[in-house]
Amino acid sequence: MAHFTKATSLHDWLNQRLGIDTLNRVLATEYWIPKNINFLWAMGMILAITFGLLLISGIFLLMYYQPNIDLAFDSVNYTIMQEVGYGWLWRHVHGVAASVVFLIIYIHMFTGIYYGSYKKGREMIWISGMLLFVAFSAEAFSGYMLPWGQMSYWAGMVITNLFSMGGLHLDGLVEWIRGDYVPAQAFLNRFFMLHVLLIPLAIIGLIGLHFGALRIPHVNNQDGEEIDFDAEAKKYLAGDKANSKVIRFMNDFLAKDMMVVGIFLILFFYLVFYHYDFAMDPVNFDPANGLKTPTHIYPEWYFLWSYEILRPFSTNVGLIAFAFAQVIFFLLPFLDRSPNAVPASRRGLFKYWFWAMLIDMIILTAMGKVPPEGIFSAIGFYAAITFIGLWIALPFITKFEKKV
Amino acid sequence: MGKAFGAVAGVGAVASLYAMKRSWDPLPSVKAAGFTTLDMSQYKENELVVEKWRGKPIFVLKQSKEMLESYDKNMSQITGKSTAEMDKKRLIKVGDDYFLICVGLCTHLGCIPGYNPDEKSFLCACHGGMYDDTGMVTKSPPPRGLDIPPFKVDGMKVVLGETSPEYEKMLADGITLKV
Repeated sequence: MAHFTKATSLHDWLNQRLGIDTLNRVLATEYWIPKNINFLWAMGMILAITFGLLLISGIFLLMYYQPNIDLAFDSVNYTIMQEVGYGWLWRHVHGVAASVVFLIIYIHMFTGIYYGSYKKGREMIWISGMLLFVAFSAEAFSGYMLPWGQMSYWAGMVITNLFSMGGLHLDGLVEWIRGDYVPAQAFLNRFFMLHVLLIPLAIIGLIGLHFGALRIPHVNNQDGEEIDFDAEAKKYLAGDKANSKVIRFMNDFLAKDMMVVGIFLILFFYLVFYHYDFAMDPVNFDPANGLKTPTHIYPEWYFLWSYEILRPFSTNVGLIAFAFAQVIFFLLPFLDRSPNAVPASRRGLFKYWFWAMLIDMIILTAMGKVPPEGIFSAIGFYAAITFIGLWIALPFITKFEKKV
Repeated sequence: MGKAFGAVAGVGAVASLYAMKRSWDPLPSVKAAGFTTLDMSQYKENELVVEKWRGKPIFVLKQSKEMLESYDKNMSQITGKSTAEMDKKRLIKVGDDYFLICVGLCTHLGCIPGYNPDEKSFLCACHGGMYDDTGMVTKSPPPRGLDIPPFKVDGMKVVLGETSPEYEKMLADGITLKV
């Protein structure tokens, strides 16, 4: 047994038992962050805070929500919205955060792509981040089922139908996932379980992995410069803070981080209080009805780009294209054959690839929202082809990239 | 020792996965509720009625004389046989009448098509697929005609969810997939 002495303070008492000084040093005060970064490096903290908001608002919603096909709709739209004190606040925080979190995830992802933050030892950061994206997508979809409105029901119908794998007709698999021939009580109950327990657990675990993956390679910087973190840390600790290329995570970096978070939260609560309706589809204010399809079914905005890759093709080709779109981002660190880990602007053809990909995904998102008719149908088709083409071209254009 | 431990743990893991799989299966009560009986004497010609079977909408469309005639004419054009030789493959004969009885979900992604009695056709608003009055595809993207549920004709009644030689023949002829 270790030797314990009479504690001189509460801090000392805890420190002898939990080693809080060491913990604080390793996790915060001597976790080094490069100076050469910009506000885009604050997206991770914004995501962590938004996840916290989703968790807290979700806990309050959970106390009144009824996972029963006869009661769910009213428990959300009447009990929580009308009866529960400030119930509307939790619902609007939850709905707006669920939408906004994807905007920040996309910014976070494209920041990583632009600065090459998935290369040279940072591959696991990228892969764990993509796993988080998948987990958040599953969380968003399962949560969307819960109010049991028309869009919940029909999105559940259409998305679970994807698992019949088109021409393979795996209807048994679809019925197994639903626990019924159509989305019904068993379906609502299991998606409720997934939404409030299993997927959040997975997300928390993956966040741990994502942070852990960051620890050894450290955060990238604006120039993709390879920093000797030990040497720079020594310089900093010796008092030469001006010439050191790094700062402490806490309080130095966090102080700047929290300023960006503060600006974000002002915008966030502006949306919660004044424009929450953008995250609430009017069709979902009709109770679920298995005998009536809404005239136009579309997913939430953050799934539109992949939905649009599914849509313009025949069933089987569409499913293959859709599956391609779901997994291809995972392979980015391996499809990018160039050793250069610098901003896209200094990377020759990759610069154009980056902007083409970003614009293409915005076009796909816009086309996914409009009905698939006439010119929109054609634009969507070519945008989907472009998406696939860009990924096929990536290994070739990066292979011949000049070393910088 | 390690191998023995691994083997026991492996058996346990497979057994638990099986239990988990079974827990997600549709319940017996859900499966037992999978039958619907229709009284076929109540339907009117060229008037679509939507019934419910296993939570899915079921289209029942009684065919009028002219619908049957135009069906025979179309089919003889496609197959090159005379109109007298046509059997009403997709239709179900009850008494002296012919009925289209099918699952009212588009075979593309499961939206409910609407029926236009003047045009005698179904249109799915989700992605623009069309079917004729016997549930055959006339405009893509649907990959196949509207699916026909298992049925058994019993006098003037039709039981959905129960199979019959007529239904088995439809399956064997590739008229419909098993639903």
